Order: sequence, then C-alpha cells, then structure tokens
Amino acid sequence: MDRVSAHLPEAVAERYVDRAGGAWAVIHAQHLPKVAAFLKTDPELNFKLFGSVDAVDRLHLAENDPRFEVVYFLYSLTRKEHVRLKVRVTESNPVVPSLTPLYKGANWWERLAFDFYGIRFEGHPDLRRILLYEEFQGHPLRKDYAMRDRQPLIPERPIKDIFRGPGTSGHA
Amino acid sequence: MSEPSKPHAPQPEAPNPDTDAYAHESELETHLQTKRMYINMGPSHPAMHGTVRMRVELEGETIVKADPEIGFLHRGFQKSCENVTWTQCLPYTDRLNYNSAMMNNFGFLNAVEKLIGLEIPERAQYIRVIGSELHRMHDHLTCVGATGLELGGFAPFLLALEARELITDRVTELTGARLTTSYGRVGGLNRDLPTGWSEKVLKSLDKITELLVEVEGLLMRNRIFVDRMKGTGILSAEDAIDFGYTGPCLRASGVDYDVRKVKPYWVYDRLNFDVPVGEHGDNYDRYIMRLEEMRQSTSIIRQALQQMPAGPIIVDDWRIALPPKPEVYGTIEGVMSHFKLVMEGIQVPPGEVYDCTEASNGELGWYLVSDGRGRPYKVHVRAPGFPILSAVPHIIEGKMLADLIPTFDTINMIGGEVEQ
Repeated sequence: MDRVSAHLPEAVAERYVDRAGGAWAVIHAQHLPKVAAFLKTDPELNFKLFGSVDAVDRLHLAENDPRFEVVYFLYSLTRKEHVRLKVRVTESNPVVPSLTPLYKGANWWERLAFDFYGIRFEGHPDLRRILLYEEFQGHPLRKDYAMRDRQPLIPERPIKDIFRGPGTSGHA
Repeated sequence: MSEPSKPHAPQPEAPNPDTDAYAHESELETHLQTKRMYINMGPSHPAMHGTVRMRVELEGETIVKADPEIGFLHRGFQKSCENVTWTQCLPYTDRLNYNSAMMNNFGFLNAVEKLIGLEIPERAQYIRVIGSELHRMHDHLTCVGATGLELGGFAPFLLALEARELITDRVTELTGARLTTSYGRVGGLNRDLPTGWSEKVLKSLDKITELLVEVEGLLMRNRIFVDRMKGTGILSAEDAIDFGYTGPCLRASGVDYDVRKVKPYWVYDRLNFDVPVGEHGDNYDRYIMRLEEMRQSTSIIRQALQQMPAGPIIVDDWRIALPPKPEVYGTIEGVMSHFKLVMEGIQVPPGEVYDCTEASNGELGWYLVSDGRGRPYKVHVRAPGFPILSAVPHIIEGKMLADLIPTFDTINMIGGEVEQ
C-alpha cells in the first residue's frame, strides 16, 4: 500500500491495517482501474490473483455516509498477501468502474454485487442478475430489504402460520 | 366455358426445412450437414452435479457458446447469517458444501476468532486439522468417483463411495451427524474425540489407501477414461490466476499456491506434507491432483493423531464459550453467561477481517464485518467454486460437447457454496 500511495497519491483516500494484519485502502472511484492496474502489473506487487468483490451496506453503521462500500479482494502470489481495495459510493448513484477488462474473474463477482446490492459496474460486458431471476424487484442484501419479504414466481400456498425464519416480517 | 370442377387433387407439400433434414436437394450432396443447435443441459442433468443449467450452443459437436446459469439453489446465505447470532451461522456454513462441512465450519470460525483476537487450545487445533483433512478426502473421493462414473466406470465409483462411507462413519462418531456436522464452536470445538476413535481412524485410513489403489488401477488403465481426460479442458496458468482459481484446479495448471503452506493456520506448520503441482492444467492433471492430495491428507491425519496433546478443546472464557453444565446449574455466573450467550450471542468487537483457509476446492475466504453486537453485520464468503465455474465457458468454447462432462466433473463445482 505504501507503494500505491507513493505512486498514485491522488487515488488513495484512506489506508488502514486491521487487527488481523489485513491491509486495505479506500480508493476514489474514478481512480480504481488505475490503482488495480498498477497493483497487477507492478513487478514487485504482482497482485494477479483475483479474489472477489462484494459490497457492504453501511446503513446501520455509525459512519454511514456514503452508504455503500464496494470491496475488492486481490492476492499476490509472489508477496503472499491479500489486499482489499474499497470504493465508497452513494445510494443515489452507486456506480463503480468495472475491473472485468483487467481481471476475467471479476465478471461473475461483479454480477453478484449488482444482483444483491444494485451496484452498477461501468464497462462490465454483461451486467445482469446472476443468482436471482430477471423479474426480481429490488436488491435483497440491502439492509432495508425485509428479511421475510417474498417474491415467488409461482403463487405460494396460503399457509399463514408457517415459520419463515428469523428477522422482521412484512414488506419493506 | 369454364372447366368442369374436378375433385381436388392432393398437392405435394412444400418441403419444410425445419422438420425435413434434406429439404433442399443440394443438401444431399454435402458431406455432413450441421445446423446450429441449442441444448439445455440441466437443471438437474445427471452430469451437472447439482442444479446448474448450461445453455450450450452447438455447431455439430463443437460448442460455440456456453452459458452456465446458476441460482437454482440460492437460499440467501448472507442475509440469513446477518439475522442470527455468530454461533447460529454455523449450520448455514455447513450447508455450503455438504461434502466438506467441517472445513466450511472451521474456516468461518477461524475468521471469527481472528476478529476477536482469540487463540484456541492446541488440542482443538489438532482436531480441526484432522476433521478438515478427513473432509478433504471425503470431497475428493466424491469428485474422483463421480468423474469415473460419468466416463463410464461404475466400479471405481462404488469403491470410492465405500471409502467415503468409512470417512462418513468416523465423522458420525465424532460429530453425531453424517454430513452437516456443526462440530466447531467459536473458541474451539463442540466435544472431544470419542474413546477409541483414533484407532478406528487409523484402521479406516489403511482401508481407504487400499481402496484408492484399486480405484486408481481401474481408472488409469481404462482407455476411455484416459483419452477423455488427457488434453481436454485445458486452462493455462495465466488464465487460471486471472479467473481467480485456487486449490487443486489452480495447482493443476502449475501454480504452487496452497493456503496451508503460504499462510499456515492451526498446526499445519508442524506437519510434514507436500503440495502436488501439475503442469498441463487439463482434466487429467486435476484428477491426479486430487488423488495425490488424498494421500497427503492420510499422512497429515496420521501425524496429527500422533502429535496431538491432551488438554481442553475449547477456550475457558465464558464470554465466548458456554460454561460447563455444573457451573450453569450451580452458580449464578454460569447461568448468566449461558443466558447471555444464548440470547444475545457472542459480543464480537467492532471491526472487519478477511481470513482464508484451504478448503477442498481452494481458498475459502471470509470477509466479516462486526458492528460490536451479537450478530454479524456482514458475512461475505469467497466460495472457491464460484470463480472456477465462471471460467467453464472460457475453457469449453470451441471444444467438443463430450469434453464438457469431464471438465465439469474435475472442476468439482458445488452448488451450495456457488449459489450461497
């Protein structure tokens, strides 16, 4: 991360090493492809193995503005360490530049984040839902999507008192 | 004068190119005519290992385009975890991969313990290694057996299942459940080893080694099997890294990456084992990787059973582990701790962690965010099968339809973890 901030000082907003020793940095959204490309191609860093992408909905956290945090997990086979790149986006405009042109593995993970959180990845070749069906309304992993909300494709049988798991009932 | 009306003569029907293969005369001349064809393999195709639909576009026997469609098993793993206490997540993690439930279980717990900053007792670390390696063999046996079965060998499948059943029996004795074990606890384990279990495991390992030799003998000398596996489903090391492959599939492409070696957790650094690495990245290499890893697992379990010390199997901290029953029934502190742990859950300090362990299919990563209360705020699982499946179109496009089956077998996609 030191090298990244030295090389691209304008891109890194915040750096941190957590209790377990994991290094992460918050990147300004527009600089994300540049930072990722640097991490991947720099011969000393060599972060070539694509881990995954996911988003955190920070709605109920104390520090919740902007609302979403998109987290990229990368791994370097030569340095043997993981690194996390975070991009913070607002609820009204959840757009992040896609890393699919850089990493082939980003394709499906970005579709997953889009499916569950509604984060749009600019430049993604095939951004559609991956686990849920096309007709699904909303994004179920957002914190304001009710736990027991149901959107069945075929009508459910009218059993009123069936236990539907933990969480709040009713619609969002 | 008009013609006298005649009864209607039957007209010859115009040839319909959709139903008549030789509708146009010129097609009789061509050698083997092909039309682009779409095939839906699955959901629930016998060769698809779970509920996956593969929409395949065929030109003759060649696959032009393949589009895996998943999501049939999706049950909201993350959302479920975020609405229950940390301990109550354990049954959900079991169900990510029924073949290696303990590995998912312990992997999750390892991440939680990192978040708390907790060191678990040595004996618990050894038992976790033993459980993980047993389930690694369990998973690989299923994969190898099913591969043999789908390429036409029924006997290897039965032998592999016999070996798998031995492991299942030992797992049942240890945990009380055949597949979904829920054996781990934050800070250690649910219970200690049953008496005489170690000897039974050693005997079972001998038998499994014998069975593996038989399976290998039947498959390696089978012409159909070898011809279908060698040189098919090739993925280069560069692509494998780019797609985020881990585990045996990555190592088959020649990249030496094993979490147990590069970032040893529990007691893996005290155990002596090798990590097999392939060179071609084809189906055959992926299959060989699994066979070799099972042998290494056998040796790991033997060493661990030998080295394992006596001692507690869970931390003695009533904020994390349930107090012993006499304390619960006899002291007010015991009752209070028990009650608070059950009702509110373990109070994990706020923060976040990414931690990974080597599951049977590769790096099983957990990204956990805690807001300081008894429930996880965010649980992200980096299932190894997900990137592996995403590369299947890349591997298979331009190859034959028959190559799809062994490729899909050897990548060993598990629906539960892929579809969360």
